Amino acid sequence: MTQEFRLKDEGLIDRSKKISFKFNGKKYFGYEGDTLASALIANGVHLVGRSFKYHRPRGFYGAGVDDPYALVQLIRNNETIPNIKATEQELFEGLEAKSVNCWPNVNFDIGGINNFLRIFLPAGFYYKTFMWPKSFWYRIYEPFIRKAAGFGVVTHEHDKERYEHKYEYCDLLVTGSGPSGLASAYSAAKNGAKVILAEDKPRFGGSLLTSEVTIGNQTGKEWADKIVTELKEMPNVVVKNRAQVFGYYDHNMLVMSERISEHMPKTEKFMPKQKLWYIRAKEVVISSGSIERPIVFGNNDTPGILLSSAAKEYMKVYGVLVGKKPLIFTNNDSAYETAIEFKKNGINPIVLDSRKELNSDLITEAKNLGIDIKFEHVVVNANGYRKVKSADIAKISEDKTNLGKIENIACDCICVSGFWTPTIHLASQSGGKTKFNEDIDAFIPSQSKQNETTVGSANGIFNLNDTLKNSFEAGYELSKKITSKENKLSVPAVVEKKNSKHDKFWCVPLPKGKKYKRFLDFQNDVAVSDIELALREGYRSIEHVKRYTTLGMATDQGKTSNLNGLQLVSNIENKVVPEVGHTTFRPPYTPVSIGAIVGREVGKHSKPTRKSPMHSWHEKNNAVFVDAGLWLRPRYYKKGNETLFDASKREAENVRKNVGVCDVTTLGKIDVKGPDAAEFLNRVYTNAWLKLPVGKARYGVMLREDGIVMDDGTTTRVSENHYHMTTTTAQAANVLSHLEYYLQIVWPELNVNVVSTTEQWAGAAIAGPKSRDLLQKLFPETDCSNEGLPFMGFIETKLFGVYARIFRISFSGELAYEVNVESDNGNFMWEKIIELGEEFKIQPYGTEALSTLRIEMGHVAGSELDGRTTPFDSSLEGLLSKKKDFIGKRSLQKEAFISPDREKLVGVVPLDKKTSIPEGSYIVRDANAKLPNPKLGHVSASCWSVEYNNPFSLAIIKDGKNMIGQKLFALSPLKKKSIPVEIVSSHYVDPKGERVRS
Amino acid sequence: MLFIKCPYCGIRSQNEFAYGGDATVKRPELNKEISDKEWDDFVYNRKSPRGKHLEFWHHISGCRQWFKVHRDTATHEIFKTLKPHEEL
Ligand SMILES: [Zn+2]
Repeated sequence: MTQEFRLKDEGLIDRSKKISFKFNGKKYFGYEGDTLASALIANGVHLVGRSFKYHRPRGFYGAGVDDPYALVQLIRNNETIPNIKATEQELFEGLEAKSVNCWPNVNFDIGGINNFLRIFLPAGFYYKTFMWPKSFWYRIYEPFIRKAAGFGVVTHEHDKERYEHKYEYCDLLVTGSGPSGLASAYSAAKNGAKVILAEDKPRFGGSLLTSEVTIGNQTGKEWADKIVTELKEMPNVVVKNRAQVFGYYDHNMLVMSERISEHMPKTEKFMPKQKLWYIRAKEVVISSGSIERPIVFGNNDTPGILLSSAAKEYMKVYGVLVGKKPLIFTNNDSAYETAIEFKKNGINPIVLDSRKELNSDLITEAKNLGIDIKFEHVVVNANGYRKVKSADIAKISEDKTNLGKIENIACDCICVSGFWTPTIHLASQSGGKTKFNEDIDAFIPSQSKQNETTVGSANGIFNLNDTLKNSFEAGYELSKKITSKENKLSVPAVVEKKNSKHDKFWCVPLPKGKKYKRFLDFQNDVAVSDIELALREGYRSIEHVKRYTTLGMATDQGKTSNLNGLQLVSNIENKVVPEVGHTTFRPPYTPVSIGAIVGREVGKHSKPTRKSPMHSWHEKNNAVFVDAGLWLRPRYYKKGNETLFDASKREAENVRKNVGVCDVTTLGKIDVKGPDAAEFLNRVYTNAWLKLPVGKARYGVMLREDGIVMDDGTTTRVSENHYHMTTTTAQAANVLSHLEYYLQIVWPELNVNVVSTTEQWAGAAIAGPKSRDLLQKLFPETDCSNEGLPFMGFIETKLFGVYARIFRISFSGELAYEVNVESDNGNFMWEKIIELGEEFKIQPYGTEALSTLRIEMGHVAGSELDGRTTPFDSSLEGLLSKKKDFIGKRSLQKEAFISPDREKLVGVVPLDKKTSIPEGSYIVRDANAKLPNPKLGHVSASCWSVEYNNPFSLAIIKDGKNMIGQKLFALSPLKKKSIPVEIVSSHYVDPKGERVRS
Repeated sequence: MLFIKCPYCGIRSQNEFAYGGDATVKRPELNKEISDKEWDDFVYNRKSPRGKHLEFWHHISGCRQWFKVHRDTATHEIFKTLKPHEEL
């Protein structure tokens, strides 16, 4: 394929590096330095997609981030990426892209019928029509709209790309490398500031790449190159291209996405695709430039119609002609630069200028070059479907209301310039106020909220001389505040062309009897008539008009449509634009991939993994692990073909019969130290703590102030002023924060310190009737008898020379001990227990057997203490001290807490003694009652009782204890089960607790 | 993301901290008879002001100290941070 629209030698592309790529299955060639858009235009391809609502043909409207049209589906490295802007995507060898939003294909699009039906699709159409009747939505409307509308296709595959995050601090962040950005960055950097300069395009220089100016004795581009080269060499400066600062957040935190490898074929496996920078800047210079505005006229969305600045950029940067018979339609001088550029490349443009004949440097130059200029002329309507073929033009009256005789002239592109809109998104996101500048018909930043300064055309300054002067000054003043240095640079002399005043004209009236669609928002197909309709229907606030018509709501966020929309609303409402105001600018300025936001925190990296010191032993012994918060805990140890059920039953049975060992390292442990520690525990726990002797442990329950159980565990008095507190695995962090809150804020007079020791200790629970025999083997020098180490006793001793603590506590309801050693000795301890336990038939047991043992004992855990249960609900009322006050006690007096209606802990057994009751089942009186079936409560935990060899569950039901003996039903609609059950005591095994004391 | 000055450690990013609620609420003294209304005001009832708010934060991934932050809830401006028993 020849690149028919490629210029011979203009542009910044590398013609020695030819690149092949595919678009909609067809092969094309471009050059290194092209974007997908410029390469397609070079090949004469202008039809790239379909619009969102009417499926009208879509081409290119801009040359960068402002383009509302050219979204494509990109295929890179066998992955498909939706909604990539062809005007931003750099070309690389083997690139493949497809049109989006067209079915079956871009040339013949079924949805295009919407275009001819558009009289039926006015603003708010979806709200009005498809919502009624309601049942039609799911069956008919929604599937149809889904297929016909929408942009790119999201893949269901896992994203294999790597995204990285970086945190950075700087004195000054400069967002954009046009003349204002370069000048402020350079001036601040030379004054010693730590500067980050970010440019979203691959090339630095912004408008200097395409403007005909002189700075000092260099061209604009040469000056830009020199400054960038120098900045890159400075140690206090970070210069990044392909980096878009898209969000301005609180306290001068800005977020920038850097494209690291998206612009090239994937070669290195670990090369990140994007990097997200979180930048905390002391000061920010917003030098984001400005975007050209469209002028609104009939069928102004036809492919081939684009911004005049984009046409110039395609020529000067990419060496590509957008057309060979260009029509240029303007209300200001800047489009003349585009006309002159065409002329220099041997193309004869026609310029239509809405203004009365006038002169300026540029207009005179254009006239001298012999360019055909028609003043007081406008484009009324564009003709052509897939590409513009001709334009209806007419003379326009001075008041811009009357059109003269309509004339048709042939053209293959229309380059439009309706003057410039400062890019104030970041300034507005920062929380600063904006004001309307009458001279440029646009909003500019006014009062700052954060440390931010807007310079250059983003601030409405459109001449280079003032831009450089202000920007050098801004860079100097801001850096001086931070570095206190006074190294001020002189501003270079500028030669530029002086512009004449633009025409405040933005919309061509309709000729009599014509109803051309005139578009404001090109991506969402919002036309002038839609806004008119919304206002007729009573929408007044610009925020409401936006949502009703979808003006400015597309992925381009109204970069080209906002101001013309506001102009229209103010015209109809007889207001001025500042009275109407603008909608809120919100981050992100440009779309950001979810992958970049997530960064490396995916899969196993989404959170840290905590492992006990015995982890590798568990692994070697076929443990199947389960996540317990951040911890990995053995759920069961698999033997042969055992299922979870088989294994956990075997393990639990062995505990009841012989002895088992369980890794309990994950339990939260907190050291509570100080002369007032006992008093503190007495306030924190519901039961009495003042008289606990040294060498004894006690079970305790703590409440939140609202009376709900927060956590439970045993705490041991290690020495006079030293307690060892344990918490549940899940609540360890919360409990520590809770204790710190009371010590630091509520009772600072208590002389107590708390610190987490969870990671300092490895813990093993040894449980079962033979546990004492094993313990005596492990600690031959220690008296492990019932007298030497009674229930709730504690001793410090040595395990074969290693410091160890033994607590006689039990979670399983069996005679049991917990041995702690320092973490580094954890594996030693574990292996000793296994080795010496062999003669007692020891088996390790996991969390599943642990659950079984505690459930059949009626011990409450997380599934009962679920943030809704009081001590009364969970059978813990025996632990409530009547004599002293404690955290949450006052709440327990409240009526609702003592109501007989509250749901309380009971046991549940299926009548057939066979069917397991799914956790979460409802307990009801009548399984066949009319829905909604009145619910008595729910099943919180289920197990297979190894003691009785039948299923057993814990449940929390209304009137709990009084229901014991009743025959009810457990319903699980989810599992489609209805099970007849009997309510029993929650203490299913050893209700008197004799075993633990034996 | 806010930039918060811990009175003990200095300025750090918000992700090191946890929010801890209204700092003007005082827990009733232990063992004191109080009405349901007083207790509810302590446990549940909170103003949600638009504007200046004195609140607790916890330097949870830092020094683990609780402290007070005087912040504007609408603009997020932080006027001052104080140790728990310092007054504005
Ligand atoms: Zn701190």
